[in-house]
Amino acid sequence: MTTLPEKTTRKLGLVIDLDTCVGCHACVVSCKGWNTENYGAALSDQNPYGADPSGTFLNRVHSYEVQPLATSTMPHPAAQLVHFPKSCLHCEDAPCVTVCPTGASYKRVEDGIVLVNETDCIGCGLCAWACPYGARELDAAEGVMKKCTLCVDRIYNENLPEVDREPACVRTCPAGARHFGDFADPESNVSKLTAERGGMDLMPEQGTKPVNQYLPPRPKDQLDQPKPVGEIDILAPFLAPVMDEPKGFLGWLDKALEKI
Amino acid sequence: MTHHQPKIDTSPKVSDEIRKTTCYMCACRCGINVHLKGGKVSYIEGNRDHPVNKGVLCAKGSAGIMQVNAPSRLRAPLKRVGPRGSGEYEEISWDEALEMATDWLAPIREKHPEKLAFFTGRDQSQSFTSLWAQSFGTPNYAAHGGFCSVNMAAAGIYTMGGAFWEFGQPDWDHTKLFMIFGVAEDHDSNPIKMGIGKIKARGAKVIGVNPIRSGYNAVADDWVGITPGTDGLFILSLVHVLIKSGKIDLDYLSRFTNAPVLLNGDETSPEFGLFLRDDDGKPLVIDRNTGKLAAFDTPGIRPDLSATHRAAGVTHRPVMHHMAERYLDPQYAPEAVAERCGITPEKIHRIAAEIARVAFDEAITLDHEWTDFRGEKHATMTGRPVSFHAMRGISAHSNGFQTCRALHVLQILLGTVEVPGGFRFKPPYPKPVSAHPKPHCKVTPGAPLDGPHLGYAQGPDDLCLAEDGSAARIDKAYTWENPMSAHGLMHMVISNAHAGDPYKIDTLFMYMANMSWNSSMNTGGVIKMLTDKDENGDYVIPRIIYSDAYSSEMVAYADLILPDTTYLERHDCISLLDRPICEADAAADAIRWPVIEPDRDVRGFQSVLCDLGARLGLPAFTNADGGQKYADYADYITSHERRPGIGPLAGFRGAAGDEAGRGAPNPDQLDRYIENGGFFVNHIPEGANYYKPWNTAYQDWAVGMGIYDAPQPYIFDLYVEPLRKFQLAAEGHGERQPPDHLRERIKATLDPLPIWYPPFEDDHVDTAEFPVHALTQRPMAMYHSWGSQNAWLRQIHGHNPLYLPTKLWEKNGFADGDWARVTSAHGEITVPVAHMAALNENTIWTWNAIGKRKGAWALSEDAPEATKGFLLNHLIHELLPPKGDGLRWSNSDPVTGQAAWFDLRVKVEKTDAPTESQPAMKPLKSPVPQGPDHLEWKVGK
Amino acid sequence: MHPAPSVIVFTTLSGLGFGLLVWLGLGMPAVTGWVAFAFFVIAYGLAVGGLLASTFHLGHPERAMKAFSQWRSSWLSREGVCAVAALLVMGLYAAALVFLDTRIAILGWLGALLSLGTVFTTSMIYAQLSTIPRWKTPLTPALLVSISLAGGALLAGQVTAALILLPVAGVIQVLWWVRGDGAFAASGTNMASATGLGTIGSVRAFEAPHTGTNYLLREMVHHVGRKHAQKLRAIALGLGFVLPVLMLLVPLTHAMALFAVLSHVAGIAASRWLFFAEAEHVVGLYYGKR
Repeated sequence: MTTLPEKTTRKLGLVIDLDTCVGCHACVVSCKGWNTENYGAALSDQNPYGADPSGTFLNRVHSYEVQPLATSTMPHPAAQLVHFPKSCLHCEDAPCVTVCPTGASYKRVEDGIVLVNETDCIGCGLCAWACPYGARELDAAEGVMKKCTLCVDRIYNENLPEVDREPACVRTCPAGARHFGDFADPESNVSKLTAERGGMDLMPEQGTKPVNQYLPPRPKDQLDQPKPVGEIDILAPFLAPVMDEPKGFLGWLDKALEKI
Repeated sequence: MTHHQPKIDTSPKVSDEIRKTTCYMCACRCGINVHLKGGKVSYIEGNRDHPVNKGVLCAKGSAGIMQVNAPSRLRAPLKRVGPRGSGEYEEISWDEALEMATDWLAPIREKHPEKLAFFTGRDQSQSFTSLWAQSFGTPNYAAHGGFCSVNMAAAGIYTMGGAFWEFGQPDWDHTKLFMIFGVAEDHDSNPIKMGIGKIKARGAKVIGVNPIRSGYNAVADDWVGITPGTDGLFILSLVHVLIKSGKIDLDYLSRFTNAPVLLNGDETSPEFGLFLRDDDGKPLVIDRNTGKLAAFDTPGIRPDLSATHRAAGVTHRPVMHHMAERYLDPQYAPEAVAERCGITPEKIHRIAAEIARVAFDEAITLDHEWTDFRGEKHATMTGRPVSFHAMRGISAHSNGFQTCRALHVLQILLGTVEVPGGFRFKPPYPKPVSAHPKPHCKVTPGAPLDGPHLGYAQGPDDLCLAEDGSAARIDKAYTWENPMSAHGLMHMVISNAHAGDPYKIDTLFMYMANMSWNSSMNTGGVIKMLTDKDENGDYVIPRIIYSDAYSSEMVAYADLILPDTTYLERHDCISLLDRPICEADAAADAIRWPVIEPDRDVRGFQSVLCDLGARLGLPAFTNADGGQKYADYADYITSHERRPGIGPLAGFRGAAGDEAGRGAPNPDQLDRYIENGGFFVNHIPEGANYYKPWNTAYQDWAVGMGIYDAPQPYIFDLYVEPLRKFQLAAEGHGERQPPDHLRERIKATLDPLPIWYPPFEDDHVDTAEFPVHALTQRPMAMYHSWGSQNAWLRQIHGHNPLYLPTKLWEKNGFADGDWARVTSAHGEITVPVAHMAALNENTIWTWNAIGKRKGAWALSEDAPEATKGFLLNHLIHELLPPKGDGLRWSNSDPVTGQAAWFDLRVKVEKTDAPTESQPAMKPLKSPVPQGPDHLEWKVGK
Repeated sequence: MHPAPSVIVFTTLSGLGFGLLVWLGLGMPAVTGWVAFAFFVIAYGLAVGGLLASTFHLGHPERAMKAFSQWRSSWLSREGVCAVAALLVMGLYAAALVFLDTRIAILGWLGALLSLGTVFTTSMIYAQLSTIPRWKTPLTPALLVSISLAGGALLAGQVTAALILLPVAGVIQVLWWVRGDGAFAASGTNMASATGLGTIGSVRAFEAPHTGTNYLLREMVHHVGRKHAQKLRAIALGLGFVLPVLMLLVPLTHAMALFAVLSHVAGIAASRWLFFAEAEHVVGLYYGKR
């Protein structure tokens, strides 16, 4: 049945910290490695050593340049670069699930993970069309739809040490920009991070209610912000010259040494 | 409606076995868990217990499975049968290959050992390969540091006994402000990402200084889009502002640095500017308690930063006076430097203020009692939580050494080195210059060299010069052109050998160095030199032996190829004798071991050297009975002793395997490493883990670990006396004298206190004609050439656009999909462009080493790496353009000889799109078959 | 969206085939025997041929039967169910007409309804997708249904109906285009909402996650030049609607009727190519391709 469960017991998903992601693609390749070897068909590559290499990946890192608007105090704000990992957001209202004609796509009632049952998938591609995020890729060799499984074969895997029961992308992320947890639990790490750092939905207007949350970059280039008129620059006292001493720097030095 | 869902197996078997070894997809050396199914690699992940990466792993490491199975792997020894560069080879047996090498090398060793040039590229076994070269007797040995980051390493060692990366790290757990200069993934990649993650999680601040706002600089809270080559000026301006406002750590400076050391002020003396020393040769300070002269390390004294010493009518002033005099000069005021640096004066002031605020107002104190080398007890440890890191961006300039020095001086003035929250050394560092070897170059036919090749020159006496004053080394390291070239100058070897200057060589023997491609400046020129013939029709460089695991561009230019294994098929040791994997809190080393066996007729290069060394009768590789001393590299790793009880690996020594650091060789050592996850860690006790250069507890621990044989406390060299010694020679003092044409340059650039001067290229090219700076950065998902053969990684970086800043983009009317002709004083390339706004407005850049030669790396000839990818190397020459003085100056740092890659200046013009990137070179004939046309890589079907 | 030939052929032909079945089900023309046989062969040929063509783009056509299971939630499944039901019902209806010379009207009406339903469910596959603002409109079913009915009328020789329906469909087509051209901008989905970075400033895609292509780019990021599109729209409108109407207005011969049908089919094929090629999927935003 490709209708969505009315409610899932847990809401497992990721928090992705755009303030911290350095754009290294570690998550991309770790995901490729795990999911090639594990759940379902291998993530195949076409023309891997040729002119137009192309393959199935379940996680990709984009990057965006953001140009802040000029203001009267900052007439030439510097452009910013934001690295942007993107994989399935395991939406609460997942349109990819409801469009599926065979029931191959489904959302798990116990944890909300959106999965593809590959033996039922006819490879029509409609779920990929329905997904606004580009989270699904049809594997060219196997002809079935591939997508992030949230490493469903890791997170409960009793053959793995408990500490490793998290998605491969989270385990490998060098900067710690990816966090895994249960959004249904307000006390979970992901819920707290989302609350503290203003976690946001991607394309909220699409009505998909994504589970994965993105933490926005913190404000940048604050040192370029001139002090507001009438306010004292809090940093100014740190650079008051000591040269006003009649004997100049060496005089100050001598006096300062006395105090040590 | 009920919801049905299939039952799935959420606990599938992960693998048959996990074998833990060390990654080699870059120089970071992370621990990895290699999962095997049916004896084949099925998955690679980071090792959680490993000190370097603590479980995480980057894209390259995670793609190791594609590296180990790459179609570009060489399969058997190869003998060249066509002309050099044709790529025509015949597979031969190892016996034939080793006999051939022996036949070539034995006569050289007998008569002219220096006619072997042995250079080992991205070698991670330098303590081993250098031993081999030393035993062979050639002075011509080095790895790739000279074209990589020797400025960074040498400036750090000379200034404070260690630099960044493998020498030390920020105190990630305590730092509150982290400032990076010229850092783009270069080295220590995962630890830096992890560190930035830690800092960010705490909400602490990162300031990125880099013309390009990508990677770490993209996540930095504040970005300083500096003009390339001006970092030193910016840093000295910060120094100016901080000294002027008294925001320097006087207590730290007086206790732990040579700021109070008195300099000989007698202008007529041959020791002018050198330290005043006592009869034991110890530098003198004035004790503030008594006002009297005292050796710097006398117990109970308080070295005075201010007092001067007057004798025989001459005033000898402390280093601090000289520094104040120099850096308070208005030439370093923000207003004076801002335009050249491309930063507003206000921003320089605010950054200086922020540094001062965090260093002094947010100082932290740890309740660790410790005793310093003067015997004084301290109840606590004070930390100034500002930390710095820097890499190639400031290093690969002709002013790089002094710029790196300036940064270390800034760190030291703030009192942020080896203190909580600041920068911390990793064992075996801190290690003063005096504890390092000096360079050696004395050749005796048929016998070993007189000592280690590379070291730290401390004055003209240490230069590697022949009797006639000419260079003793083929790369001209340790000559007046670059007296402190601590890593050698690999980038000069081929051009010098080709020119027969200083002499001709017979055999060029290289390992993991893609010299006919991305590891050379002037790629096309190097290819010509490698294939050039003399009047007799013989190759100018008569013989080339090369070892690599892959079908790199360099393979086509060798006469004999010794195929190496991949990183999962070999033994290695990441040794404390070499470039270890220690952490600030621990000594650590690691191994690689064959977690899979090669399926080809290949051998680990180091094992081949054990064999070849025995065939050549090298003393270090031969038993008393003339037999082979080390069966293979694994045997060397466990049984070699550098000094009694000290071997390549520090862990599990002694007969029982329970000794750390010092102990007899343990035949089971490698098994113990394997049981322990492939590495060994010995933690530094609490109370010994900060203030290491001066902390008696640390010094004692280090002696116990075999890092030193006796405590080596020292003070930081704000003022580097060896530099002054070279200056004195240039001023005419001493026996060894520089050639006249170098005198002025030595006087000007080997300044014992950090200075800034414009990059040399600015003085040799018309900066109006070539107004644009051109840089490369290494992408995080790709390491040098190695990644291009990797089926997964090359999908991420299959070609490299040239990124242009908005100003140039708009001025030239570029649009997406356009191409540009980029011209330097040396060459021209035509390449695809892309727009980047977060970029210094006079800088262009591209990803390093994505471009590939057709026919290399088992890629198809129409691979995007070859048709759209490109190298900036074509625009760079190892020599600067002639400037009319009849000389060709080398394009490198005058102190260390570091290749000045980033001095490059170019102009950019829009042009019609060619069919492929230019220059396009003709395809190489591949010695291996091309890879398959599809992959469905599942090992456990 | 990638204008896959299989999908263009499918929607064009099966739309026409089911359109013809609608008219046949309504008994217009009221044919029996071999004439009926000929009409049904054409109708089934188009409808079934189209359906078969559509399976060419499936990764696993052998599992196509599974697609009937999810009619409660999936428009694609509903389409399959509807199409099979229509073909079965119309098969019985046709058999009676051809072999028994009997028109079972109730079956005809039911079959016509199911045939129309098939076209409607097909159209809803596209119209349901919020990810493709150009398609996400009631005008999409209106367009596909009106074209199907007009084309069916043309094939069924229902000149009067065709003369009414063809202009109606043409007008809907123009309306659909006009609305479609502004649909992406009006959807509220843009770089700012896609990345969540709009509060900082204007967002531009910098480096794509991969230098080569991938499934998403091949399938969902297709760019049609503006001029090219205008030309094709003129062709679609001229061949698909205007020319057939003009031909119907002059005294009709069989040759002329055939020509009108061919012109219509060519026009609709062009329209369908544009239907896909011009459709902008929001995922293109992530690649900076919008």
